[in-house]
Amino acid sequence: MNRVVPGFGLSLGITLTYLSLIVLLPLGALVWQALGVGWERYLAILAGPRTANAFRITFTTAALATAFNCVYGLALAWVLARYEFPGKRLLDALVDVPFALPTAVAGLALSALFVKNGWFGGPLAAFGIEVAYTPLGIAIAMAFTSIPFVVRTVQPVLEDLQADVEEAAATLGASDARIFARVIFPAIFPAFLTGASLSFARSLGEFGAIIFIAGNLPGKTEVVSLLTFIRIEEYDYPAAAAIATTLLLTAFVMLFLVNMIQLWQQRRIGASGD
Amino acid sequence: MAAPPTIPRPRKDALGARVRVGSGATTRRVLIGTVLLVTALILVAPLVAIFAEALRHGWEAYARSFAAPDTQYAIWLTLITALVVVPVNIGFGIAAAWCIAKFSFPGRNLLVALVELPFSISPIIAGVAYLFVYGAQGLLGPTLEAWDIKIMFAVPGIMLASLFVTAPFVARELIPLMIAQGSEEEEAAVTLGAGGWRILRTVTLPNVRFALLYGAALCNARVMGEFGAVSIVSGNIRGQTNTLPLQIELLYQDNNAVAAFAVATLLTAVALVTLIAKAIIERLDRAREAAH
Repeated sequence: MNRVVPGFGLSLGITLTYLSLIVLLPLGALVWQALGVGWERYLAILAGPRTANAFRITFTTAALATAFNCVYGLALAWVLARYEFPGKRLLDALVDVPFALPTAVAGLALSALFVKNGWFGGPLAAFGIEVAYTPLGIAIAMAFTSIPFVVRTVQPVLEDLQADVEEAAATLGASDARIFARVIFPAIFPAFLTGASLSFARSLGEFGAIIFIAGNLPGKTEVVSLLTFIRIEEYDYPAAAAIATTLLLTAFVMLFLVNMIQLWQQRRIGASGD
Repeated sequence: MAAPPTIPRPRKDALGARVRVGSGATTRRVLIGTVLLVTALILVAPLVAIFAEALRHGWEAYARSFAAPDTQYAIWLTLITALVVVPVNIGFGIAAAWCIAKFSFPGRNLLVALVELPFSISPIIAGVAYLFVYGAQGLLGPTLEAWDIKIMFAVPGIMLASLFVTAPFVARELIPLMIAQGSEEEEAAVTLGAGGWRILRTVTLPNVRFALLYGAALCNARVMGEFGAVSIVSGNIRGQTNTLPLQIELLYQDNNAVAAFAVATLLTAVALVTLIAKAIIERLDRAREAAH
């Protein structure tokens, strides 16, 4: 406890009051509403075909989007951390576009690109690939909005990686691929996993970017966040509460996983005597 | 006679620089080329498409899109919301960073997690949660009705939901920086007889001004662009509770694509200005660090 600097009581008081009113009160109300639903009805809502399908579609497309971002994000982080080339700073700035651009705008732009007469939709249709109004469109919208996560978690770790370990491995005759797999990847793995989890969590809850491109057909291209929205519009509050708390619980599990990964990372760094 | 053991040497390139993984010319070119191509397709093309679609029927049609009273109201409502939400969350961010960075106390890590919690929650969940507090069937619904206070499907609801969604932005930028900077300067100021507010104004805030600005810029971009949470609490009443993102969806559903994209260019411009501000702030920050 710092006993010299003033303002502890005041700043903590403001912080706790604000968090209670703005964050905890609404989340508490959500849980309270869900508890009022009753266990049996809660399970029946989740097991209903429309809800179950929405969860299945959301999890599959989020996994697809995360898989894409694992590859593209890692390549992007590598290129930014390891190479110098003209336009590098612009590329670095572009990574944050999905965080700065409103999701509704992203959804609008992606749907314009991927509809049948769009810049991408036309050529893709020639190959028989349909994106707009299909699960693939949902995955692309999710992938777009969660691009920065893997890049921004892996990039600093790659930049801090010391050259000597790689050099030692190279001296011993290891190939680049082997050094990457055995030395570099293990070092960035916790950060990579954190980024992937955050990307997945963000994709599960995405709404604005998806509804423009998804077609929103129940059982086919309807995601969980949209179904929650529809239940609210139908004044079916028990269903909305049940679906929203399940999504919230998933978010907490993801958050817990990320914290465990970070704890593990700190222990590893601590153990290596850094 | 046994041959002398060969001593392995670090690999070096023609200029004598140490060779690291992936520094071969081919690997380098392929990786940079692929990343640039994918980035152009997935990150740049959408930005270009927004402006191309907005200007599809020329500048006049573009300009006309902003003449609709509903759209003008949406611009106004979005600005007012940002004007209220951003300062409040700057205040919260400073208070949270002050107690978390300058003091250690039991539950400090839990508090950090709590501050960042809104980032992990889907905006749709945030909207639903607010409905369950202030809606007619909500926790405070009957009380509010008795007092004739309208929060849901009205402007206060939009502001509250925006406060939730953007609460962590400023705090998250300030906390790590203020922890790294330590409290020596503040302690010295106390020794010299300065009070808390004076220390905050003359010592702490000048030290973190770039992070504060960046956090505020991000917070502003997010407030102006928030869609999911606001679409639940606003009730989408044309010309009354429609912010810019909601107006975009409405215009799009009305098959008024040019107007939808025209409104989208405004928010895209906000996003681009935010990113440029970030780049400038980072450069100033580096220059300041170099000067130290």
